[in-house]
Amino acid sequence: MTATQPAPPVPALVEQLTGGLDAPICLTWELTYACNLACVHCLSSSGRRDPKELTTAEAMSVVDQLADLQVFYVNIGGGEPMIRKDFFDIVDHAVDRHVGVKFSTNGYYIDKPAAERFAKSDLLDIQISLDGFDAKTNDAVRGEGSWEAARRAMDNLAEANFGEFKISIVATRHNFDQLDDYKKMADDYGAQLRVTRLRPSGRGVDSYHDLRLTHDQQYGIFRWIMDHPDVLTGDSFFHLNALGKDTGETLPGLNLCGAGRIVCLIDPIGDVYACPFVIHDEFKAGNVRDQGGFAQVWRHSELFAEMREPGSAGACASCNAYDACGGGCVAAKFFTGIDLNGPDPDCALGHADEAVAAAMGTAPKPSQDHSRPVRLTVKR
Amino acid sequence: MTTTADFDSTTRWERSPKIGLRPEPFGALAYHFDTRRLVFLKSNKLVDLVDGLANHDSADAAIEAIIEPVDDRSRSAHVKALASLAEAGVIEPLPAAPDIDFVG
Repeated sequence: MTATQPAPPVPALVEQLTGGLDAPICLTWELTYACNLACVHCLSSSGRRDPKELTTAEAMSVVDQLADLQVFYVNIGGGEPMIRKDFFDIVDHAVDRHVGVKFSTNGYYIDKPAAERFAKSDLLDIQISLDGFDAKTNDAVRGEGSWEAARRAMDNLAEANFGEFKISIVATRHNFDQLDDYKKMADDYGAQLRVTRLRPSGRGVDSYHDLRLTHDQQYGIFRWIMDHPDVLTGDSFFHLNALGKDTGETLPGLNLCGAGRIVCLIDPIGDVYACPFVIHDEFKAGNVRDQGGFAQVWRHSELFAEMREPGSAGACASCNAYDACGGGCVAAKFFTGIDLNGPDPDCALGHADEAVAAAMGTAPKPSQDHSRPVRLTVKR
Repeated sequence: MTTTADFDSTTRWERSPKIGLRPEPFGALAYHFDTRRLVFLKSNKLVDLVDGLANHDSADAAIEAIIEPVDDRSRSAHVKALASLAEAGVIEPLPAAPDIDFVG
């Protein structure tokens, strides 16, 4: 072996990925808008079931299409996916067709029998949402009783020897100080911790400004993730890579916006959006019920073709960190009302602060809202 | 012959039965269903090599047969690539092929 020989030229992988693949690497599939909770930052403004939701037969067909396209795994969410009566049928069919399933749940319906059932499947991965280490912090965001339900689900999974499930937290300014506690909790359960970014999507449009990380916390979380490479992040903090440009540090992951390129979202009524964080007509590419099904939408929608074009650095062109952060998250810009070619509202260098303040109150509302009506009770 | 860490290119290897391999314009995407790791195979030749490993007595022999042109540079590059695929569980060691000697 001659060590001095240069390696053969490697294709610019990132460019190929941003140019779009024949099928997504993975996608998010929200099975229902029905949810027993009403989290203040819900990406899909879930609550009530939509009468147009996919039937069991249609859902089975979606599984078959994903299997034929060799989509490796699907992130199932909602709403609360376990509310669907055919939830287990859909999951079983996906696993049978060798499409791996990772599903997100609030844990309310993971009783002992459900935990035992899950424990039998190899291709099934569960992530339980918990947005505060203690009940007070969590329930302020996810609703009263939700902390207890999530912990009970974790206990049931552990007791059923499910193996390594995931504990998934959305980082907020209120739970930021609890990251180490969370890590210990996950380790104690033999679980894997997953920390993702808060997006201003769905009901998050209204709660974002109260929950988002401060600039100091952004730096803190960048360091914390670098120090905990075993913690999953869903590649969601790539906008913070600007913080590593002087030290040459990059967060683990692909570090690019995969919307419409390597990921997408199928919503409960079959609409296909560029990513789970942009449920809005402007980012709707088609519907799985259309002629040609999902593959047709993925390969031929005008919207996705446009999103796969090389982007413009826009207002970020003069920033020397642009190569590190790529301008950040499209959804975060869109739902805070700032220019899509401008900086991410959470720009770690603070370059968006003025734009965010100026756009306050002008942000587009999500095109759909399945929130349950607020029941007003009169106190006597 | 080359040995890179735990990867011995003089022995027999195969594509792991636990991975899904999806052709892509740049080569292929490999997904490991146990570890849920996603791995990029960055050239079509590397994909052919991974698929053809089991037909040869050693990774070195597979490289000789499948990669062209074979020279020091491409040999070492592909041994290195296979070593990282072994580390990711995309390829696994196979017992040596049985010594069958047909009368002929």
